[in-house]
Amino acid sequence: MPRIFAYIVHRSGVADDTAAELPVAGRKIDGAASATAIVTGWGADLDQVCERLRGVYSEIWKIAKEPLEYPNAELVRQALASVVPRGSILLVPHGHFGVDLSPGLSIKLDAAYLPDVVDIEGVEGAALRAVRQEFGGQVSAHVLCDLSAGAVLNIRPGAFRPSGGALTAGQVVDKSAEVGTLTARRRYLETIAPEAGDVDITKEPVLVSIGRGIGEQENVEIAQDLAEAMGAAVSCSRPVVDARWLDKSRQVGSSGQTVRPKVYLACGISGSFQHLAGIKGNPFLVAVNKNPKAPIFRVADVGIIDDLLEFMPALAARVREESCVPGKGRRS
Amino acid sequence: MDILVCVKRVPDTAENEIQLAGSGADIDREDLVYSVNEPDNYAVEEALQIASRTAGKVTVVTVGGDEDEEVLRREMAMGASAAALLSDGAFQGSDGRGTAAILKAFVQSQHFDLILTGVQADDGCAQVGGMLAAMLDYPFASLVTSIEVQEGRKLKIGREIEGGSKEINAIDLPCVLSIQTGINEPRYVGMRGIRQVASVPIPVYAAEDLGIAAATAGEGAAKVRRVDYFVPPAGKGAEILEGSREEIVDKLMGLLKAKGGLN
Amino acid sequence: MGQGIDSIAGATYWLVRGRELFLFLHLFGLACFAWIVARRLAPLVHARHDVRFDRPPARLARVLQYWLAQWRHPRYRFAGALHILIFAGFLLLASRVFSLLAMGVSDRFATAGSGGLLSVIRSYACTVVLLCMGVAIIRRLVFRPARYGRPTADPIFLLALIGILMAADGVFEGSQVAFHLKETGRAELLPPGSLSWALQAAFAGAGLSALRTLHLGAYLTHEIAFFFLLCYRPFGIQFHVETSLFSIYFAKLDRGTVKPVEWGVADEQLDRLPSLGVKKIEDFTWKHLLDFYSCADCGRCAEQCPANTVGRPLAPRTFSIKARDYLFHHYPVLGSSSNGTPLVGGLYSEEEIWSCTTCGACEAECPLLVEYIDKIVDLRRGLIDDGKAPQSLHKPLKSLETRGNPFGKMEKKRAEWAQGAVPVVNGGGVNTLYFVDSITSYDDRIQAIGRAVGRVMSRLDASFGILGAKERDSGHDVRRFGEETLFLALRDHNTGAIRSSGARRIVTADPHAFNALRHDYKDLPPVEHVSQVIARAVRSGELRLNPVDGGVYTYHDPCYLGRHNGVYDDPREVLDAIPGLHRVDMKRCRDRSFCCGGGGLALFYEARENERMGVLRVRMAAEAGASVIVTACPFCMVNLEDAIKVAGMEGKIAAIDLAELVDRQMVPPSTRVAAPAALSRVAGPV
Repeated sequence: MPRIFAYIVHRSGVADDTAAELPVAGRKIDGAASATAIVTGWGADLDQVCERLRGVYSEIWKIAKEPLEYPNAELVRQALASVVPRGSILLVPHGHFGVDLSPGLSIKLDAAYLPDVVDIEGVEGAALRAVRQEFGGQVSAHVLCDLSAGAVLNIRPGAFRPSGGALTAGQVVDKSAEVGTLTARRRYLETIAPEAGDVDITKEPVLVSIGRGIGEQENVEIAQDLAEAMGAAVSCSRPVVDARWLDKSRQVGSSGQTVRPKVYLACGISGSFQHLAGIKGNPFLVAVNKNPKAPIFRVADVGIIDDLLEFMPALAARVREESCVPGKGRRS
Repeated sequence: MDILVCVKRVPDTAENEIQLAGSGADIDREDLVYSVNEPDNYAVEEALQIASRTAGKVTVVTVGGDEDEEVLRREMAMGASAAALLSDGAFQGSDGRGTAAILKAFVQSQHFDLILTGVQADDGCAQVGGMLAAMLDYPFASLVTSIEVQEGRKLKIGREIEGGSKEINAIDLPCVLSIQTGINEPRYVGMRGIRQVASVPIPVYAAEDLGIAAATAGEGAAKVRRVDYFVPPAGKGAEILEGSREEIVDKLMGLLKAKGGLN
Repeated sequence: MGQGIDSIAGATYWLVRGRELFLFLHLFGLACFAWIVARRLAPLVHARHDVRFDRPPARLARVLQYWLAQWRHPRYRFAGALHILIFAGFLLLASRVFSLLAMGVSDRFATAGSGGLLSVIRSYACTVVLLCMGVAIIRRLVFRPARYGRPTADPIFLLALIGILMAADGVFEGSQVAFHLKETGRAELLPPGSLSWALQAAFAGAGLSALRTLHLGAYLTHEIAFFFLLCYRPFGIQFHVETSLFSIYFAKLDRGTVKPVEWGVADEQLDRLPSLGVKKIEDFTWKHLLDFYSCADCGRCAEQCPANTVGRPLAPRTFSIKARDYLFHHYPVLGSSSNGTPLVGGLYSEEEIWSCTTCGACEAECPLLVEYIDKIVDLRRGLIDDGKAPQSLHKPLKSLETRGNPFGKMEKKRAEWAQGAVPVVNGGGVNTLYFVDSITSYDDRIQAIGRAVGRVMSRLDASFGILGAKERDSGHDVRRFGEETLFLALRDHNTGAIRSSGARRIVTADPHAFNALRHDYKDLPPVEHVSQVIARAVRSGELRLNPVDGGVYTYHDPCYLGRHNGVYDDPREVLDAIPGLHRVDMKRCRDRSFCCGGGGLALFYEARENERMGVLRVRMAAEAGASVIVTACPFCMVNLEDAIKVAGMEGKIAAIDLAELVDRQMVPPSTRVAAPAALSRVAGPV
């Protein structure tokens, strides 16, 4: 079995949640193996991450180079290509960085590439049998990936839940010297944070979230009305922002904000993984959708199959009724 | 600036319900409406805008068969001045890497300053652009949401990253960029426009024309193969509330109160 | 010459004799006017072809009705009355213009026209016009009707000038009569109460030479004012005085339809045109340019326009005036013409052009019969040709092309709603075709209307059916949003399917489809709206309706059933045939009905507005005291039901379709009339 590596995404000295998920995927490939972490970066932040990873990985390869202080995929690719042994399996979290890094990396390593893996079934001969999704998540597919020359596997965040297993005492191995001068024809300049909206949805405990099912701009006020009645805030999925019906600051998802509410009402949201990736902390998730086959019903706690344009006003009216009864507590 | 945009003809998922055909060897394609992959369309619009600012031209290319010509025509109706269809029986069964190899051969047979692809297509792989760049040894950036042409054969680009933030990079030409939806507002292409390009001949390139060795493309060269399609078993999923709307609202109110959803 | 007063031509004005002075003045004035008019006509020569010389009898009839009889004016009572008086005055006074001009040049006309009934009429006309000028000025300055905007100098100036013209006329006559009286003692009777009568009395104390001066001065003033006005009018809204006759004569005769892309170019040849639609001002037809000149900026259209009312950036009159000013600027009277710049993006914003719902309220209101819908559609054609459709319309247009409906639903599921309810035509041999169109086929709520229509039709007609999956969208609004090529494809497909069905008549419950089949499609069997069919059955007694108990009903006229096709009474007749139904009309009803927000592609367009049209309409219904709005259009239904929710009026008012109501109240074939159905809750759909 080829050696398994896991690329660690980190920021400000803290590793991403995926750092704990990749070894789980690795064990599904090879139950006996234990993945080796690879971390690139520079300075105290890098050191801190490596230190913390010692509780998760038995071996951690550290690559400290100043040009890697900001994770520029072009440079990281060069570094990894110098260090990762040919024929290995490299696990990378699928996301903004993974999509930037891995396709080109697989070519440089002359390895196979499998993006956005949601499940791993095992190895059959020289091939890995895994599960991917296509058509926006509407169908799943079994795929076979040739491992004979190694592979880069992009793993979907959240697909492999960490078991919270035994703490290991990992070893940090400094591999920085194996990486030569890093030059790239793409240079990082700066990051522009989005303008702060009027509401910070990441701090809200209750969210009324709308998706494509809201239909048209004028219906957004139905959601705003319900949110007001409930003392909640309105958030949304990507299509609503693309259509410019709500500000980007209201978008929940992998390319929007990450929220940790107590209660999340997903109205007219189909449940694409990019959207769900933005919901953390396992809130009480209520889904309202006309389509009984919407993927959101697989992950919601409670489902309501109804037209959200009818249901939301009915709920708002009820909430208002209740709050008018004395002794029931005031709405914020 | 001469720009190449790689496009793909895909089923229109927004309007289609994707279902399995029988055993799962494929999806049911009988009633599907096909169109150009949406991110690719944004890429063509972006290319047209850059070309008009820099007095260049836009070429669109796709790997496929006769049925894929229609997306090339549509993009020509939009304003692309040239198109190419890379088609050969030997290309069948190519995986992403194979497709990238075929495109690489085409790129090297001509001259382009900039190559654009859409960020991802119907299979959600988001791979061909990055692979193509690595094969050509060009710099690459994905999820591009803004492009500014600068002096000295460079571009200033913005990439979409988490939290709605934008990562600004400088990138040298020639390069490959994968374009994210929302970068611009694509122009409308009406029936008339498409009719006007209906009889423009589109050159077809076979493996021989491109000098592609059998080992680099097609089924034999593929490292990744799809076995089947399936719909995973539902699992526990949500508890669907039953009853009239009033009853459901009642039940939900109780649950919301219990979970702290009402302030 | 003498000290007499009767000869203008012979009199001396400073160093010049009247004859020479006025010969010069008149010829110069006329020459200027001719030059100005020629320059104003210049852009019309460069404009596109139009077909406006056909059917002279019909056109003449319209001139008599709308020009001579001022048919549209009383719709605004006070202003209308004022204008009718002024117009009548002008016409009467015009009858003596020639002799008045001539008397400055030749004594042969010196006393022509004085005395007699005509003279009396003219004197009163002059007086009335002067009084009207005064009233009009006060109205503009003091009462300020909203549609005139803030008072500006130009209209006041013009009104004052006309007043001066009238006053000069009065002084001219009054001074002459006073002179005669003073000189010879001969009294001439002037019409009592008229201006000249009053002035003549006021001049009683003046000396002969003063009177003579007044008389000659009044003539000069009159002539200068006359020619100044003549030459000034083509520079502003007053040009309508000259152009109104023509704008009304050449006005569009065929209601409901949209002009072809280019007159004289057959549909099949459109592909050969280098460009479709209007992109620069010369792309408009000459009649449209004439319309721009004719707009009197009275603001009636803008006040009726629903888009303007809800705050969209469109007002019909502004549309015309902007174009007129553009023509004045690029085709000036003095100086050479300059090249036009693209209209949209410069003169008009894209938003402005897409804001129109084509409801036709503007065209129904305009006293000069200025046309708007064809111009908007032509501009949209130009935008579509350049790829500039609003983003929100890309998907529905694409779906219309690939699936034959704007919702993206599968074409084979088009008739699913009808299963068990309405038969699908298979092969042919059906008497009546029920053309369903897209929204009724695919929208969950509106399908109920389709089923209700099915039940009503099967009561009234043994042999009817729908096209089913062979039907595509009628394309009515595809055309009005400028996608002519797609419209033609839809039309050709549907025409073939309709002909194959063998139907001898077509019925539809969708006014947009009704309008399209009736006016945009060619060579089809006769088309009726279901309300007309039901009305006929009610009149003949074939259909009897059960009573209702309670509720106040009002009927909302759909734009494409009412205004564009004149069907106002049939739906009302049906409602009035329901025993116990208390019906009221909203203030704005019939051809003043207020658009619900638009249908077809207008449902997908996201406009920037202060309020929704539907919300305003629902409030109008409530104001009329109604608890139920009855309508006969699926788009009106969608917009009104939506508006009821948004306006928070659920439970207070409900909407129902006419066919749904009839379906509910129909007396089954062989039963006695039932007891009044108790209206336990406000009427709703089945």
